[in-house]
Amino acid sequence: MSALSSKVEAVFNEPGCNVNQGKSDKERKKGCAKPLTPGAAAGGCAFDGAKIALQPIVDVAHLVHGPIACEGNSWDNRHAASSGPKLYRTGFTTDIGDLDVVYGGEKRLFRAIREIIEKYDPPAVFVYQTCVTAMIGDDIEAVCKAAAAKFGKPVIPVNSPGFAGSKNLGNKLGGEALLDYVVGTQEPEFTTPYDINIYGEYNLAGELWQVQPLFDALGIRVLANISGDARYADVARSHRARAAMMVCSKALINIARKMEERYGIPYFEGSFYGISDTSESLRSIARLLVQQGAPQELLVRTESLIAREEARAWASIEPYRARLSGKRVLLITGGVKSWSVVSALQEIGIEVMGTSTKKSTREDKERIKEIMGDESHMFDDLPPREMYKILKNSEADIMLSGGRSQFVALKAKTPWMDINQERHHAFAGYEGMVELMKQIDRLLYNPIWTQVRRPAPWELDGEGLDVRGEAG
Amino acid sequence: MATVTHSKKACAVNPLKMSAPIGAALAFLGLDKCMPLMHGSQGCTAFGLVLFVRHFRETIPLQTTAMNEVTTILGGLDNLEQAIVNIHTRANPQVIGICSTGLTETKGEDVDGYLRLIRKRHPELAETELVYVATPDYQGAFQDGWGKAVTRIVTTICEPRPRTAWQVNVLPGCHMTVADIEEIREIIESFGLYPIIAPDLSGSLDGHIPETFLPTTLGGASVEKIRSMGGSAVTIAIGEQMRWAAEALQEKTGVPFRLFDRLTGLEANDEFLQFLSELSKDEIPVKYRRQRSQLVDAMLDGHFYCGGKKVAIGAEPDLLWQIASLLTEMGCEIEAAVTTTHSVVLERMPAEEVLIGDLEDLEQRAAGCDLLITHSHGRQAAERLEMPFLRMGIPMFDRLGAAHKLSVGYRGTRDLIFEIGNIFLDNVHENRPDSWPLPVNDGNEYAQAETHH
Repeated sequence: MSALSSKVEAVFNEPGCNVNQGKSDKERKKGCAKPLTPGAAAGGCAFDGAKIALQPIVDVAHLVHGPIACEGNSWDNRHAASSGPKLYRTGFTTDIGDLDVVYGGEKRLFRAIREIIEKYDPPAVFVYQTCVTAMIGDDIEAVCKAAAAKFGKPVIPVNSPGFAGSKNLGNKLGGEALLDYVVGTQEPEFTTPYDINIYGEYNLAGELWQVQPLFDALGIRVLANISGDARYADVARSHRARAAMMVCSKALINIARKMEERYGIPYFEGSFYGISDTSESLRSIARLLVQQGAPQELLVRTESLIAREEARAWASIEPYRARLSGKRVLLITGGVKSWSVVSALQEIGIEVMGTSTKKSTREDKERIKEIMGDESHMFDDLPPREMYKILKNSEADIMLSGGRSQFVALKAKTPWMDINQERHHAFAGYEGMVELMKQIDRLLYNPIWTQVRRPAPWELDGEGLDVRGEAG
Repeated sequence: MATVTHSKKACAVNPLKMSAPIGAALAFLGLDKCMPLMHGSQGCTAFGLVLFVRHFRETIPLQTTAMNEVTTILGGLDNLEQAIVNIHTRANPQVIGICSTGLTETKGEDVDGYLRLIRKRHPELAETELVYVATPDYQGAFQDGWGKAVTRIVTTICEPRPRTAWQVNVLPGCHMTVADIEEIREIIESFGLYPIIAPDLSGSLDGHIPETFLPTTLGGASVEKIRSMGGSAVTIAIGEQMRWAAEALQEKTGVPFRLFDRLTGLEANDEFLQFLSELSKDEIPVKYRRQRSQLVDAMLDGHFYCGGKKVAIGAEPDLLWQIASLLTEMGCEIEAAVTTTHSVVLERMPAEEVLIGDLEDLEQRAAGCDLLITHSHGRQAAERLEMPFLRMGIPMFDRLGAAHKLSVGYRGTRDLIFEIGNIFLDNVHENRPDSWPLPVNDGNEYAQAETHH
């Protein structure tokens, strides 16, 4: 069995995942990815997933070994923010050509690593495998090992070619690379009883910075955030944390579980979306740290911070309550965001008229059902055409989704807000919820809606624009 | 005029190039009721999709055969068949445009053979055009994929027909924006000619608000119209990348072609309008005589600010040719020219060297220039260089109205000159008291001489 397939099997057989543990042996062998339907699939590949999980490590060079498509079509397209180094936003690729396909691309890869180290001198180089280079048999593990020995610098193979599976699997394979090659390779200068790790927070639009001040106020140190705004050394030293929080549902559950197994770092699953979720997460962190030996008084301090910040957040949100209460939202997103955003919206009286659960785990779905009361408004798969119909019939006042479906809403002349990774607004923590309400309010009450919904004076009822390709 | 060199680096840094399969997919997006289908892993499609969504700010129909490790090894016939049948059932497009990828080409899939088999097994697909184009990711660039796809579109769909004297085919390169295509259509129509444009992004991706929602493209060149291209008087190809397609169309249908390597610039447009006038035996419309005059005036007003300016450009060959030629005609010097792939226009480029390379190469060569021109990915380089930056080409994800940027015709050239001239105007070099120091040695000599007295 190849190294990759045994890795994939190991990731699928995740004991930390209770969905997985509920399965029979046979079911478990099939893996947790739903089989993709050719001609009706959407979403990224395993390479994409690995890149999403690791690229937010800001000071390393991320080198994609493959043809131009994998990096050339996609680089610098996310908003994982950095407080310092910008090297993660530089696109590096071996851009292999037909000769490499015939003769193999290992030599080119080795030279590429050398060029990067000579020109950019990063603390480490991450090398991503892709479909074509995997097929021609390029052994990136061997090349990385040789390069690391030759240049005296960590060169980390990330073996997650696109055809291995979905984006979610790629997240985990990315996590495996950190576990195999990075975590535990350096020691922190000092440790405190208040050191934590966060897994699965990518600092999109700077969201980490919405919660960082809360940690600072409590004297809690984020030893490593994996991976938003992380430095290579943070990840290498992350094994000395006392407790950890896993966000973004199950994306990096393998990291969470193995860090617990190997280094005795307990973790819990939490979210920074929504006021009560944020408070609950802070409580859980404090509890875990105390359980790990931190002074008891942390719990008291945490409660008083929560009380103060919740009150401050509600006071800031109050002006929006009357304007937003009773508005109907169609929420299209996956995983943890579904339930945590649902509860956040409900806190202010916004009605969630429907939510997609396509990427949600069984546990996520249970939570949504719990929050929403029933499952009549849960769509497992909502094709764009149906989405359009809902919006066109004005069954929702606004749609919250990722960038890809935004035009379904806009073409139906319905307000839309980006809540996925390309978004520019940060919605985490108490501040984030205030921002969320502010943005929804701004979109809902923009004066364009009355304008754009007006038919032109010469348009008869329901008769709109003719399609030019046919007419002209 | 230019020496064409190839970057010797093993590692491309900050790619300028995008892949051929998504260039092909964009060509299919210019057909009406079409579903482009990429034969590869689902990431191949997802990346292309995100890229086009961000550029056009539109819904992009684009599907995948969702190949995985096992199906790659066993062969992709089943996946391709399932994909085509699923697309037919769910979306019923008139055309399914299939592009291969690095994944399937490395395996060496016989897609033409697969399609014959699929046709045999599925008589329900009789009304659906299946156009296949081979576009391995590791060969060529975006504009090559577009060119290959258009070649396959015309050879698969067009048939010889009786000639119609006033019907004209237009094969635009991928560097033509929606606005460019609209302008070309308007110019041709004003001569009483009837243009059939394929691919036609101005029908599908111009940002209109349709009254229905379809899972396929909505607008663009219809199959029926493409079929009738075989009966046109002539084909107008825009950009060298369209030569193959124009030749293939000629071979299949006998329609002769005229290739315009650009439609930006005074002389280029004079040739174009003169050609249309001869073809239609119509005079140049007053409107264009007026526009030509405006362009001449714009050149006169603009040359003060453009003359002697040094410009660095990163673009695909045909777009590079278009911009570099205009700027040179305005008195600029092309200090750095970086491109993505081979083309016959490269050697003609008005620059000392044209490098097939990346944005790191462009950034290094751009030092000391007055203007950087490339697609949106040049933003980091422009920031580091602290250099004025004009975005041109795909992707343009950080600007509104990328599709509506016009740079062809007299009017488009005029506005482009204004846009570039204004950038230079904004960055006029201001003189200061210490702008003209004497050479250091001489100054000291005089100073010493004075103290000796």
